[in-house]
Amino acid sequence: MSAWDRFLKTFFNTEVMAKYLPDILQGMVVTIELALLIVVSGIGAGLVLALIRSLAIRPVNWLIIFVVDLFRSLPPLVIIVLIYFGLPAAGISASAFVSTWLSLSLVLMSFAEEIFWAGITSISRGQWEAARSTGLSFGQTLFNVILPQALRLTVAPLTNRTIAITKGTALGTVVALHEILGMASSAVSNSYNPSPLMMAAAAYLVLFLPVVVGARWIEARFAWKR
Amino acid sequence: MEEIVQSFFNAEIAQAAMPIVLAGLLNTVLLSLLVVPLGLIGGLILALLAQVKGPLVRWALISWVDFFRAFPPLVLLILLFAGLPFAGLELSGFACVAIAFFLNTGAYYGEILRAGIDSIPRGQVEAARSTGLSGLQTMTWVVLPQAVRNVLPDLLSNTLEVVKLTSLGSVVAVPELLFQARQAQSVTYNPTPIVMAAVIYFLILWPVVRLLSRLENRASAGRA
Repeated sequence: MSAWDRFLKTFFNTEVMAKYLPDILQGMVVTIELALLIVVSGIGAGLVLALIRSLAIRPVNWLIIFVVDLFRSLPPLVIIVLIYFGLPAAGISASAFVSTWLSLSLVLMSFAEEIFWAGITSISRGQWEAARSTGLSFGQTLFNVILPQALRLTVAPLTNRTIAITKGTALGTVVALHEILGMASSAVSNSYNPSPLMMAAAAYLVLFLPVVVGARWIEARFAWKR
Repeated sequence: MEEIVQSFFNAEIAQAAMPIVLAGLLNTVLLSLLVVPLGLIGGLILALLAQVKGPLVRWALISWVDFFRAFPPLVLLILLFAGLPFAGLELSGFACVAIAFFLNTGAYYGEILRAGIDSIPRGQVEAARSTGLSGLQTMTWVVLPQAVRNVLPDLLSNTLEVVKLTSLGSVVAVPELLFQARQAQSVTYNPTPIVMAAVIYFLILWPVVRLLSRLENRASAGRA
């Protein structure tokens, strides 16, 4: 057997791949569900926080800034481990799925809030004053004048950050979440063959590469049209 | 309340775990001092290659960068750590972290540095070249210093992410902060050491986050 054949038989073993394909596909479903949930709850919560911050209630803003800073400083893996292994000690047990979802949502929420807030503050003061003096209420000014402009600016940085954080679903493996990497790792130790890992690598690329390419397009589209 | 304090802020356990956790902190600092320059070197190579015009180089670079932007760093790390031994190449967890960071964070640093270099007007290069500086001298003394200054907030922000990412080392048994804290936790059956690790990360990285927030707000205020 030539070296090339041996390489193929080791890393791209069709028998092993066929056997573990259903596992990897199952892992993909978990990864997709988790990623979508994180995007929705993380960005949603971030926007809500940025809107509350624009009300300019001091003690509330200090709290928001502290929470945002906290989840921007902590490594996501530390948050996942803390929630998964820590909460049971407080009598609450969170599943691997819930721990990973909650951790990454909090992280995305914090980055999203900062990006939304930067967008809102970048709209000049004069626009607020002009809108208010035409008789619009605070809410109308925010939703009809400021946000439509601010959100345009946030699209590119928000997309990049969202990709970087949702990729972190792989971290769930550490707390035994059955997503792609977790499935592949146990398949490797069961079959004593690395082919499932190659499948996992391919699965991540299938899921995330289109998003990255899309993000590049969005970046070019929204970059200089201010 | 008593129970929560006993579980999460247990003074006795904190005292016992302190030397273990601090040893982890030292390793996290050392690891960061290794992987940040490594990522910057990788990024600089990519950014300089991007100056070579031509469709082939351009597409190769875009594919390279997009690949690592789509690929979770943990998967890359596991692939090196658990996959390579099957090819007869057994690397330590530490070496795997170094390689994975060189590839992954290099791609991110590369994009930032490229944007920085692109922000320097062409006329500067022409002026520098016409004073007799070589291409390399122009890049080193004229373009790069200004380019780096223009993208300093982004470089800093990425460096923060890289330092946080060193916690992945715990998965391949590199004894950094999170790994040490988890060891202490599994011995004591108490999450206090993990809380300690979280507090240490927060205390060290919070000033960086504050600084970044101020830089970002200043940038957006300047635009308006």
